[in-house]
Amino acid sequence: MSFINYSSREINCKIVYYGPGLCGKTTNLQYIYRRTNPEQKGKLISLATETERTLFFDFLPLALGDIKGFRVRFHLYTVPGQVFYAASRKLILKGVDGVVFVADSQIERMEANMESFEDLKINLAEQGYELEKLPFTIQHNKRDLPNVAPVEQMNAILNPNGIQSFEAVAMTGQGVFETLKSVAKQVLFELKKHY
Amino acid sequence: MAEFDLVMYEEEFRRIDEELQKLYQQANAKVLFLVDKNGQLIASAGDTHNIDTTALASLTAGNIAATGGIARLLGEREFTILFHEGEKDNIQISLIGQRVILVVIFDQRSSLGLVRLRVKKASESLTRIFDEIASKAEKEKAEGRLDESPFAEISDEDIDNLFR
Repeated sequence: MSFINYSSREINCKIVYYGPGLCGKTTNLQYIYRRTNPEQKGKLISLATETERTLFFDFLPLALGDIKGFRVRFHLYTVPGQVFYAASRKLILKGVDGVVFVADSQIERMEANMESFEDLKINLAEQGYELEKLPFTIQHNKRDLPNVAPVEQMNAILNPNGIQSFEAVAMTGQGVFETLKSVAKQVLFELKKHY
Repeated sequence: MAEFDLVMYEEEFRRIDEELQKLYQQANAKVLFLVDKNGQLIASAGDTHNIDTTALASLTAGNIAATGGIARLLGEREFTILFHEGEKDNIQISLIGQRVILVVIFDQRSSLGLVRLRVKKASESLTRIFDEIASKAEKEKAEGRLDESPFAEISDEDIDNLFR
């Protein structure tokens, strides 16, 4: 649910990074935070446990520039990936405009990916959304590790509709901005359709 | 989409701002914020210079969402008021018309009783304004897209420029 403010000439959109525990959602946001000009970003808020696992969400506001005289602001959120934080994950999807699914490419994490992907669909449905109708991008993260599954195989499981997906190494930033750009583009085109 | 996007025009914004300014005076508050349930700041009153308003909006919405989750677990529809007491400043958060969140920050120059009383009054007016915004959005949706939409001509290039 984007927020269009004609008075301050701003568009606010909410993008949620979803995925299993330790897949690199927070790392994506941290990289974006490091690589954005100070005037384009707000504070990166992390509600995390003492061991730096996301407890509720991370939040990064970005104001990348103007479109047609409107300041475009993206609010990036991550969900807590660990299975037992299901209730919190649901809350963060409220009002979402676009979703990035961050998949962990390691072979032993395929089951966790699938479980999280199903969880995403169920939670979206509870809010009245359908994943197929939402701006959505998949990121295959951790491509630098030795034991990764082939992208084709991952797409076959997580991406049956063949939407655009990105290979990434969020630690070094590879694929991070490409992913963000892809989902942001879809979100803005959605606005175009509706307004 | 599941819900209507929130579209705020100059006129409604002015009315909301007026309500907030009035509440700010009457409740002797330090700062007021109006935030939508998804964490986006709608309007504010008072001295916001030293406050990260964007982060505050997002955390407040998270707070309300978590409290709402607890309410449902307990079989309540919603807890409509949250109050946090600090050493110097206090914060009262209330849900207005199931739709927006009103945050009042106040210190010893005011009191919880006064804040509650004034917020209750202001809530009614704000609920009315937001009802009107919602019905306006619905009407526009029903009539098809807006004539003077600034977004109808967003191009690939516009979007690429954002990421330069």
